[in-house]
Amino acid sequence: MGYEPGGGHVTSIITALAFVVLAPLVGGLVAGVDRKITARMQGRVGPPILQPFYDVAKLFEKEDVTVTPSQNLYIVAYLVFMIVSGAYFFAGGDFLLVIFAFTLAHVFIVLGAYAAYSPYSHIGAERELITLMAYEPMVIFTAVGLYMVTGSFYISDIATSTVPAILYLPGVFVGFLVILTIKLRKSPFDISTSHHAHQELVKGLTTEFAGPVLGKIEIAHWYETVVLLGMIYLFFGFNPVLAIVVIALAYLLEIFIDNTFSRMKWQWTMKSGWGVAATLGFLNLVIVYYLYMGV
Amino acid sequence: MAYLKKSPWLLHYDASSCNGCDIELLACLTPLYDVERFGIINTGNPKHADVFVITGGINELNREVVKNTYEQIPDPKVVVAVGICACSGGVFRECYNMAGGVDQVIPVDVYVPGCAARPESIIDGIVKALGILEEKREEMKEKEKKHGN
Amino acid sequence: MNELIFLILFPCIIAFILLLLPNNRIRDAIVALSGLVISIGSIYLFATSFTGGSVYFPFPFEPTAQVMFVIEMAIALLLLYLGVKFKQYIAVLLVLVQTAVMLYFEMTMAHGLEPMRNLFIDEFSIIMALIIGIIGSLIALYATSYMNTYHEHHPEVRDRRRMFFFVIFVFLSAMFGLVFSNNLLWVFFFWEITTLSSFLLIGYSESEVATNNAFLALKLNLLGGIAFAASFLYLASVDPSGGLLELDTLIASGQSIAIVPAVLICFAGLTKAAQMPFSAWLVGAMVAPTPVSALLHSSTMVKAGVYIIVRFAPVLLGTLAGIAFGLVGAVTFLVASAIAISQTNAKKVLAYSTIANLGLIVACASVGTPELVWAAIMLIIFHAVAKSLLFLCVGTVEHRTGSRDIEDMDGLIVRFPKIAVMMATGIAGMFLAPFGMLISKWAAIEGFIDAPFGIVFVTILAFGSAVTVFFWAKWMGKILSVTPYGENLEGSVSRAKWVVLSSLTVLTVLAALLFPLVSSVLIEPYVLGIYGETARLAQDNIIIMLLMILLLLILPLSLYTSSKESRKLPVYMGGRPTTPDLKFAGSLGIQREMTTRNYYFEEYFGEKKLLHYSNPLCVLLILVAAALVAWGMSQGVVM
Repeated sequence: MGYEPGGGHVTSIITALAFVVLAPLVGGLVAGVDRKITARMQGRVGPPILQPFYDVAKLFEKEDVTVTPSQNLYIVAYLVFMIVSGAYFFAGGDFLLVIFAFTLAHVFIVLGAYAAYSPYSHIGAERELITLMAYEPMVIFTAVGLYMVTGSFYISDIATSTVPAILYLPGVFVGFLVILTIKLRKSPFDISTSHHAHQELVKGLTTEFAGPVLGKIEIAHWYETVVLLGMIYLFFGFNPVLAIVVIALAYLLEIFIDNTFSRMKWQWTMKSGWGVAATLGFLNLVIVYYLYMGV
Repeated sequence: MAYLKKSPWLLHYDASSCNGCDIELLACLTPLYDVERFGIINTGNPKHADVFVITGGINELNREVVKNTYEQIPDPKVVVAVGICACSGGVFRECYNMAGGVDQVIPVDVYVPGCAARPESIIDGIVKALGILEEKREEMKEKEKKHGN
Repeated sequence: MNELIFLILFPCIIAFILLLLPNNRIRDAIVALSGLVISIGSIYLFATSFTGGSVYFPFPFEPTAQVMFVIEMAIALLLLYLGVKFKQYIAVLLVLVQTAVMLYFEMTMAHGLEPMRNLFIDEFSIIMALIIGIIGSLIALYATSYMNTYHEHHPEVRDRRRMFFFVIFVFLSAMFGLVFSNNLLWVFFFWEITTLSSFLLIGYSESEVATNNAFLALKLNLLGGIAFAASFLYLASVDPSGGLLELDTLIASGQSIAIVPAVLICFAGLTKAAQMPFSAWLVGAMVAPTPVSALLHSSTMVKAGVYIIVRFAPVLLGTLAGIAFGLVGAVTFLVASAIAISQTNAKKVLAYSTIANLGLIVACASVGTPELVWAAIMLIIFHAVAKSLLFLCVGTVEHRTGSRDIEDMDGLIVRFPKIAVMMATGIAGMFLAPFGMLISKWAAIEGFIDAPFGIVFVTILAFGSAVTVFFWAKWMGKILSVTPYGENLEGSVSRAKWVVLSSLTVLTVLAALLFPLVSSVLIEPYVLGIYGETARLAQDNIIIMLLMILLLLILPLSLYTSSKESRKLPVYMGGRPTTPDLKFAGSLGIQREMTTRNYYFEEYFGEKKLLHYSNPLCVLLILVAAALVAWGMSQGVVM
């Protein structure tokens, strides 16, 4: 509170618009590369890099079927709020507001799954809420840690800060990587629904979504991936080149984890998410709080 | 644009197969054949599927299940009967509990015979099905246009 | 000053009129009309005095104080009688102790006390008055219709509706008195009246459970009352002229004098706000008719507890005792939210969520920096609106379906579409951006970071808000799930209820839309007046949040814009042919029905299990606070 964001409004609007237009492209490409690398790790050739775009384009060619029309409403809301919160992130807005707007978006997809009143999507929705509960503390810790180091909650200030945030927040960063696995729906945490050809509870959260509606969910997920990778950038804002390299390495690590682990029970997701927050995240923050901020 | 052909998602249902064809079908996903090269994914969910692949003949107990599952797949969709049992009932044809081939219950677009059907012929059958899928999409679009006017 | 006296006395007069009237339409009309008068009165008060800052009125102390003393003694006698009658000897003992303290004070110290500025008004009082006036009247109106149905559904309960409405209006009067009194003796008098009202209304049904829970509430609140009364002994011994009994003088007198009474009175606040380890009474209070839970146990009376702590926030600021109290609030927030996960009874979920939010307010107010006080007042407002809406929705649903279990609320959107939307709005108001509670939580996180021990509070808040999302979202999902069966039953809900429910829904949305205005007109001037600095949200964030609300309001329109209807398919049931009401043939041909059930995680978040740890922890924290103050006093420093 009390701060005004650094950087002009014009730049903010340009970056936000750039996000709205480019993020699906980047996110889709990342997903394509992900599938390619995954295939190579399994000794396969894998689909073309552009495969995710083909998939979504196909979904929009399919028939629009729903269990109840309100599902569509929730998914539109999910997509819209995913874009809004992502755009606000790239406009350099308040980190905490971005996090809460993301929560809102996620609640919408959960409600969409509940709305269908289907056994599979119901359990998927409940599990999605569990993952939400599992990663939320660590995400807030990330915002708080970056605030302590850079002195601002505004993404614009954090991203342009010359402080090497990673040196002060190694624990928070590792914690963030763990919940990144949860947020990207990678094994061992893909309990609510999963990507590619993985199956769980039929398709969990997304079981009852088909055709264009499912396409919207995919697009929303691309947007989300870009924002999540953007969050990694914030730890390395002092050196953009290094930041890009780390983002690539981090994503590679996530793919590696995805292919190494099998899916675990939901208790594992909870314990991992809260565990890293309570240990690595918390200890790191306490150290920064007393040594760096000197409160 | 025919993105449908570039991203066919399968739903595999084992009607009453001896598992021979099932194993061959799953072999298509292994590194040796790797059908994901063509964007083919094995989904477990009819609502996400485009191609309904059935192995084994239909028996009296799963008749309704096959019908129900077929109805749950959004249009356009194609059905591929894999293996001789799915095509006609095969050696089980005369059993008291058999209804016969898949086409006794739902319309079949492509028949892939064999006991068990080889992965190559399964892939071939699915690729054939993609052509039919594309035709069906065109039909659906035209219908929509007419309906719209 | 006349407005204040009107707001205090008018509900009281109405109360006596209602005591005389039998059950009929005239009573309903009088309740509705006087509710209208009270809300207009509080709005008038706001309109005429929000620019005036703090204004103190020299209302004569003497005759009023004597009347109050007589009433207090009468209440004590009544409680003693009831305590003996129901063999609640601990309650009797507590009443005796408190009365003894007050009598001792009256006999030895009260002479020569001449506090002058007994009534006052400032921005915070106006906020509280608006909450009491508007929400209180709406709930009273709702109660007219609710109590009729209540007695139809519960023929075994003796019809004591005269007493019910009498107490409700006396309570409203007492709440106004509490927030307008600058004299601590008077605050205490009104405080005791609210305790009594709560006691009488919890025991309304006269069942054994209700009576026991009523006495539990009484006992725990009396504990606070004794601490409150004890503070008078201290104050009068420090300054025999009684000047310190004036709230503003006391707060301005500096921490070295004010810390002891502040801790005593804030302890009373903890009991009234049902903080752990005293939380049990508020959960037990849910046996009362739902309007009572909405009015006393979520939107107003329990707010008296946090009101007084917010008042004393500048005294607690920077003290270790304040931090200890803050931790009590924070632990309560986290644990009560976690327990809410394990509850299937909707009213108990609401009760635990109320306890949790009060905990958050206590945490903010006890740490007491300007940013946190801003957040605390925001929380008070938003919580009052959204929570009363939720209680009344649950009450309505319970009367129509006969169940208040969340598991029975499948497809509420099909059976009660409007009420389900209202309930969902209320739930969204409790935990989602861009609604108020979330804004305040966010402000609290940002506020705590720069406060001492802030990192502990931020940690608790981070976990607490994650838990909050879980239990609200699963409830919301339950009511919004569209079952393929069920018919609309909404027609039978009475008009008075519709008026109240829709007003509260509109208020919930309006509060989120207008919060920047509320903040700049009322909260910021108040915080500025107390601390000389204030907090507010940055302009950009406000704009984004308003955009989000507008989006939320527009989005439902997209239901009507799609050109073609999408084809409907039944849900996927593993390929099993299923009837429209989701029955299918299971193994051996037995017919089964598909039902869904939410997760409750009894083994992780069970009530007993968590209270087992949190109650002793909070007792310890309170003892630490007391020890710190006592030690500080002996050393002549403020801890």
